[in-house]
Amino acid sequence: MSNPALPAFDAIVVEQTLSFSFNALCQACGGQHSQILALVDEGILEPQGQGPADWVFDGSALRTARTALRLADDLQLGLAGTALVLDLLAEINRLHASLRRVGLG
Amino acid sequence: MEFKDYYSTLGVAKDASADVIKRAYRKLARKYHPDVSKEPNAENRFKEVAEAHEALIDPERRAAYDDLARRHAQGQPFEAPPGWDSGYEFSGGARRAPSGRATGRSPNPAGDADFSDFFESLFGSASRAGAGQRGAGFDDGRGAARPQSQGADHHARIEIDLHDAYQGARHTITLRRPVAGDNGQVNMQERQVEVNIPKGVRAGQHLRLAGMGNPGHGAAAAGDLYLEIALRPHARFRVDGADVWVDLPVAPWEAALGASVTVPTPDGAVQLAVPAGSGAGRKLRLKGKGLPGKTAGDLYAVLQISLPAADSDSARAAYSAMAQAFAQFDPRASAASTASATSAPATAPEA
Repeated sequence: MSNPALPAFDAIVVEQTLSFSFNALCQACGGQHSQILALVDEGILEPQGQGPADWVFDGSALRTARTALRLADDLQLGLAGTALVLDLLAEINRLHASLRRVGLG
Repeated sequence: MEFKDYYSTLGVAKDASADVIKRAYRKLARKYHPDVSKEPNAENRFKEVAEAHEALIDPERRAAYDDLARRHAQGQPFEAPPGWDSGYEFSGGARRAPSGRATGRSPNPAGDADFSDFFESLFGSASRAGAGQRGAGFDDGRGAARPQSQGADHHARIEIDLHDAYQGARHTITLRRPVAGDNGQVNMQERQVEVNIPKGVRAGQHLRLAGMGNPGHGAAAAGDLYLEIALRPHARFRVDGADVWVDLPVAPWEAALGASVTVPTPDGAVQLAVPAGSGAGRKLRLKGKGLPGKTAGDLYAVLQISLPAADSDSARAAYSAMAQAFAQFDPRASAASTASATSAPATAPEA
């Protein structure tokens, strides 16, 4: 479970407390600049700000970017296909949540 | 070490062309990809499929693997001797490479690609050449590659109990990462990290441990470690974001007359007033009793009417008295009117 002899590190919840610059998001998700630019162009990521130097991504962008890169990489999808799969996954998750609420999920 | 039959994993013949291997991989990847699949054990199956594809799609790796497979088929126990791969040059890196692997409380961690020891023993040092680079198909070449001076960030997944999400918890996580030795060989090094998991964390969220990723180059900062949270399913509670749902059985008279009942929550039992005239399925909200946080979630108790068994004379008498008291009550009245409306066209005269 835990080892009291070791010092414990405090973790912060990314989605609640962090935002990312363009470079920081690339570093965190392991994506190339060009890949993140493409995700923004497609509307998959929606940063605040005028351009890459000013962009601020909220914490949830980490999960979105990683999922998009993983799908594109593993399933060899193009950008539009990745966006479509992400939309469908979000819809499936909403439906599963509805089922869970009534005890069927 | 167990020999792995990569052809069998992909369901292709040993003389399958690269196109056939690619098609088999794509089909299985769609079926088992952990982001899209609901198949049991999808994550492990996808890892096996990805590993088999990685080994067979590269002609050099495939030739080396076929050579080992021939020796294995001749009855020689499989063992990869040191330097067995002399004569083969691996020019390509893996699409994906191992990064953080969390163990401890998570029996089935999901970091980035986490290939088997078998694969590692055959292609390990060469396949790690491409660490950190993803080959997503929409890279159009714009922009420079990100600076690599800072250490790479690591990702892993941990599974926690609902109670830990309510109260916070301290966990030991075992991480495994590739480390280059003096002789250039890359070995996997394990380390343990103690982490305080903050209360209120939700499934799918990420925890960041600053500076716990790969060391930086020179004086550059180390990377960070990100842990994706998964909640273990709970036998009683269902979680949807920050909200928690629980079924609450009540007696017919409690639902009809109203009652104060005890409701279990992950944070301890609380009293709840069931309004008179409640029906089965009614949702009663306990505001702020869901997962804690800046905006705490709510807990929803869904009423279920639980009937006492009519297994004694007194119980049967009570049900009989109830039947007499509600002689006009027809629980199927609304169903009958709906069925009547639905079946109306069938009874209409033919034209």
